[in-house]
Amino acid sequence: MGQPLPHDSAHLHVAGHATYTDDLPEPRDLLHVAVGMSEVAHGRLQGLDLEPVRSSAGVHSVLLPADIPGRNNFGAIVADDPILAESEVLYAGHPIFAVAAHTVDAARKAARKAKIEYEVLDAILDPVAAVSAESFVLPSETMTRGDANRTLASAPHRLQRRVRCGGQDQFYLEGHIAMALPQEDGALLVYSSTQHPDEVQSMVAHACGLAAKDVVVICRRMGGAFGGKESQASLIACIAALMAQKTGRSCKLRLDRDVDMIMTGKRHDFVIDYDVGFDDTGLIQGINFELASRCGISADLSGPVNDRAMFHVDNAYFLSNVHITSHRCKTNTVSNTAFRGFGGPQGMFGIEYAIDDIARYLGKDPLEIRRRNFYGDNGRDVTHYGQPVEDNIAPEIVAQVAADANYEQRRAEIRELNRSSPVLRRGIALTPVKFGISFTSTLLNQAGALVNVYKDGSVHLNHGGTEMGQGLYIKVAQVVADELGIAVSEVKITAADTSKVPNASATAASSGADMNGKAAQAAARKIRRRLTEYVCKQFSVSEHAVKFAAGTVRVGEREFPFAEIVRMAWAERVSLSATGFYKTPKIHYDRDTFSGRPFFYFAYGAAVSEVIVDTLTGEHRILRVDIVHDCGDSLNPAVDLGQVEGGFVQGAGWLTSEELCWNEKGALTTHAPSTYKIPTCSDLAPEFNVTLLQNAANREDTVFRSKAVGEPPLMLALSVFHAIRDAIATDENPAPALDAPATPEAVLRALGGLAASKEAAT
Amino acid sequence: MGSSAQVSGEPAVQSGKAIRFVLDGEVITVENPQPTRTVLQFLREDLQRTGSKEGCAEGDCGACTVVLVELCRDGNALVARAINACIQFLPTLDGKELITVESLAQDSTGLHPVQQAMVECHASQCGFCTPGFVMSLFALYKAGDNANGSGKRPGRREIDDALAGNLCRCTGYRPIIAAAEAMFTRESAHGTGNSWLMTPGPGGTGLAEKIALLESLQRQQALVCGEQQDMFLAPHGIPELLACLAENPRSTLLAGGTDVGLWVTKQYRDLGTVVYLGKVAELGRIEVTATHLELGACVTLSDALPVLHAHFPQLDELFRRFASPPIRNAATLGGNIANGSPIGDSMPALIVLGASLQLRSQAGSREISLEDFYTDYMVNDLQAGEFVECIRIPRPTGSELLRSYKVSKRFDQDISAVCAAFNLTIDAGRVTHARVAFGGMAATVRRAGQCEQALSGQPWSDGTVQAAMQALTRDFTPLNDMRASAGYRMQVAQNLLRRMFLESEGVLTDTVYDYGRAS
Repeated sequence: MGQPLPHDSAHLHVAGHATYTDDLPEPRDLLHVAVGMSEVAHGRLQGLDLEPVRSSAGVHSVLLPADIPGRNNFGAIVADDPILAESEVLYAGHPIFAVAAHTVDAARKAARKAKIEYEVLDAILDPVAAVSAESFVLPSETMTRGDANRTLASAPHRLQRRVRCGGQDQFYLEGHIAMALPQEDGALLVYSSTQHPDEVQSMVAHACGLAAKDVVVICRRMGGAFGGKESQASLIACIAALMAQKTGRSCKLRLDRDVDMIMTGKRHDFVIDYDVGFDDTGLIQGINFELASRCGISADLSGPVNDRAMFHVDNAYFLSNVHITSHRCKTNTVSNTAFRGFGGPQGMFGIEYAIDDIARYLGKDPLEIRRRNFYGDNGRDVTHYGQPVEDNIAPEIVAQVAADANYEQRRAEIRELNRSSPVLRRGIALTPVKFGISFTSTLLNQAGALVNVYKDGSVHLNHGGTEMGQGLYIKVAQVVADELGIAVSEVKITAADTSKVPNASATAASSGADMNGKAAQAAARKIRRRLTEYVCKQFSVSEHAVKFAAGTVRVGEREFPFAEIVRMAWAERVSLSATGFYKTPKIHYDRDTFSGRPFFYFAYGAAVSEVIVDTLTGEHRILRVDIVHDCGDSLNPAVDLGQVEGGFVQGAGWLTSEELCWNEKGALTTHAPSTYKIPTCSDLAPEFNVTLLQNAANREDTVFRSKAVGEPPLMLALSVFHAIRDAIATDENPAPALDAPATPEAVLRALGGLAASKEAAT
Repeated sequence: MGSSAQVSGEPAVQSGKAIRFVLDGEVITVENPQPTRTVLQFLREDLQRTGSKEGCAEGDCGACTVVLVELCRDGNALVARAINACIQFLPTLDGKELITVESLAQDSTGLHPVQQAMVECHASQCGFCTPGFVMSLFALYKAGDNANGSGKRPGRREIDDALAGNLCRCTGYRPIIAAAEAMFTRESAHGTGNSWLMTPGPGGTGLAEKIALLESLQRQQALVCGEQQDMFLAPHGIPELLACLAENPRSTLLAGGTDVGLWVTKQYRDLGTVVYLGKVAELGRIEVTATHLELGACVTLSDALPVLHAHFPQLDELFRRFASPPIRNAATLGGNIANGSPIGDSMPALIVLGASLQLRSQAGSREISLEDFYTDYMVNDLQAGEFVECIRIPRPTGSELLRSYKVSKRFDQDISAVCAAFNLTIDAGRVTHARVAFGGMAATVRRAGQCEQALSGQPWSDGTVQAAMQALTRDFTPLNDMRASAGYRMQVAQNLLRRMFLESEGVLTDTVYDYGRAS
């Protein structure tokens, strides 16, 4: 265990031999599907002339809501998300119809030819307007501990501010895609690029009027997902499946980049109001948060996303008196969804901003204020939702990264440098991360696996997890290989397949390796036990005399190849196939009171970032980053390092260059890489030091005492944002009003060099 | 699908309608290719060669990156360059070699050093962008070979520059940069069949054969393919081009295709007949006369920018931030100019340098200064049947104070919010000559007359700069869009003039672009 093995598909990736959904050989009867979308943000459909679509070259069929035999819905938690809009369109991009044609181009050209008349209705285009209009997809929620208002009133110091953090497109390189193939007796086989094959199966079944048994969903790998293919994949799969059902032919729907960005959900942008009271040392005495997020047109995953934002407004800090209000705003924009961090980043954005403000108000190093407010002993060890923080290593990690980065000395040097460099200014910041691991919906914390051992000793591994690049499959294979004492190369990694492992949760919430690793270990363990029992009986030895290691089975003094024992056991009619199951222990949580233990444990990390800012243009560069991150006892340090590095850079993109813009009519204007700017190679800090915390065994009984690593590192990038803020703070403007993303324009505005507001403009 | 292309591995009798190119050492013949079918569609749909991916269909993400090998225009050499297959039209492959990610490794045990380094450095996660990165790195690897034993390995800046056209969403790039550093030290597991790939460079094994093969594919008469109103015509010289335009007055001119390609892949437009300029020899001319740099309209940015750089090294940052290598390898300087986008990055600098265009039509030639070429948003002075033949740039006088700055949300591979260029002559502390031009500030790239006036004849001082900054508000009323607000554009335009002043005073020496990055 713990070997830094390459990704199981690395040799295929580099040779172009890794097969993604669009690379599968196409069935002979394949039709290509395109979607016709609303051009207005809110309207009633008055006339829908599809004749030009039907008569367009190469068109085979058109799909409308009336063609849907089952439910016209793909909303998994709340059934408020039609696959195709019926009479009212709710955002610019809302699917109205689909068209199937003999080529991709023919379908896409045809889809653009519809003549649609709308009665245009008033649209709500941002969260602030939604709060005013009380336009919500779900009821507002509150979480309270102590008496924030009383302590705020009596606190020696009090600060209030409204801050915004932008949304973010997942920008997986492989866009959404599904291919549906009709099977015997009306069944469907669906290849889907999805993090949640089980949900795709359910939604396709519901839409097509089938039972789950009649739908099989398979996903070998995705070209990135980041949360964007959790709930959203069902929309694409349902359209492909419905068209396949209607035409009786195989149908593939691949969204082009623009449609993908316009039609599918993103990270929620938040408007956060805070009101914080604190003493002379910077200790927070009371804090009020009002969070308003852009949920878009439907509930989708916005409930749990916003819950998680509320859970993470503490980040690593003890908030004795806290009151949080969370508004889940209904806007006439695409329904927002999961994205790595799932509300956590936005919650942390609020508290880190408040802490930074406190430091700037008191004229202290923000790190001092952060340390002052950490969780600790003596009653400072319970979260605002009642979960004891039993594994707090934030202070140690922060100490380590501060030392590694030489934080204090560099901070002093930077302040000195800035005195003589008024145009190019530097800044530095250290921010911690504490992130709760588990689905907050307890029932989702279950996983299944299937392990088959063949007569030749080779092993077929399947589990409910999906591979989106995060290295889950190699990690789980390492677990199974270890359990059976064989080489990883003996374990065949196979596609997620709803007919092998049923009812699997989404590969999400960073829980993929924790849950599927445990489930696969349980399956492998069953087989090893059966083999052990057989060996004990066959050779009349006790269990202690049997060891599985390095491809052999030691039986007392004798040693057999694993394959030989397997073959012998098979001949004695021992079952060599097993399922495994896992449910996360200890967690319980009452959604009505927001109390309990929603998280099995916390993952920690801390980062120091240094930036340089050009105060004439607002352009900036990250110069150096130091990270210490906690992966527990890593299952695969190479994979985990990749998650930490990649998550950090993705978080830096969210907070700096990635800006979603809508025009005054509510149409997204940043819907391709030409206008939506994720980090490129040169944006990586020239000095980038990432350390995985050593001797860090998870105190909870996770698989090999590892920790989840998918999401937490993204939030380390808050250090970049605060380094920029540090760089542009001056004696005259000690706490600049910088919103995220800190684009060059946002930076120049925070510097006070800009009068006009951009919001009115775009 | 949608193509009637017949593909075969046998060299067919050369007809006007078939294209021929080399792939994996074999000559591929495609009979009468559809003019606007992209190389990526051809690879994925016709050849079922799915290693190259579509990530954006606009040349911005690099997942489709392949390498094209061409005969050098002059001399016995080859040049290998990465391009975006998603917006490259299939007929433009005629007479070239195409190398895709599948070409590099015959099987998973015979990985190319680039691929080997990528695996060892853990440089792929989801793997979807990986084939594109492999190909961009392969081009960098080849460039290293062609540097021919100079021993200089690319530093961080060169690696960043080489990869500016490839987006990765998973890794954060650190392991890819590590692979770029490591690839030069990796030996492949075993040589593949295509030895030129492995040991290239002048005199490398198989080079002469490769050159001979490509030479044998060069056609004598113009390529003509497509059907009826949707022809692809590739004239070989200006007389042919003129005849072509006379016969097809409503045709679409195609050079690098980095914008025209998007009309097809993003807007699903029918282009009608396409006249391809890439085979018109005269348009590829580069000449440095006693007074001017003369660049044929179809000189690629990758060929044009180094020539300009040699004479105007002050434009280094602009040139490195101009698009990305795969775009610069296809896009032409004439295309950037003739397309006439208000945010084209070449024009502000060229205008302040006093560049002019030589326009050509059946009626003859005429010269027009670049600043007069643009008449309105995406409208220029070209008459029917007329094309840009060459760009003429006066050689530096040596006394000019020249700067050009690009400002965008992201440093690399982004479109300018504002692109500024200043060319001042300062004599005895006084501005004797001022040319100032901006992109992103108006419907066209244009000069800032009020600003120039505020500078001209004035002492080169803080006060003059303040006045000239103020004058910019009388020159421009910029737009709000998703790239920047009007207020930001104006403020930055003004501040860039200040930046230039501070640089000339020695107060500022750097922008933040290259901070901390070793070359």
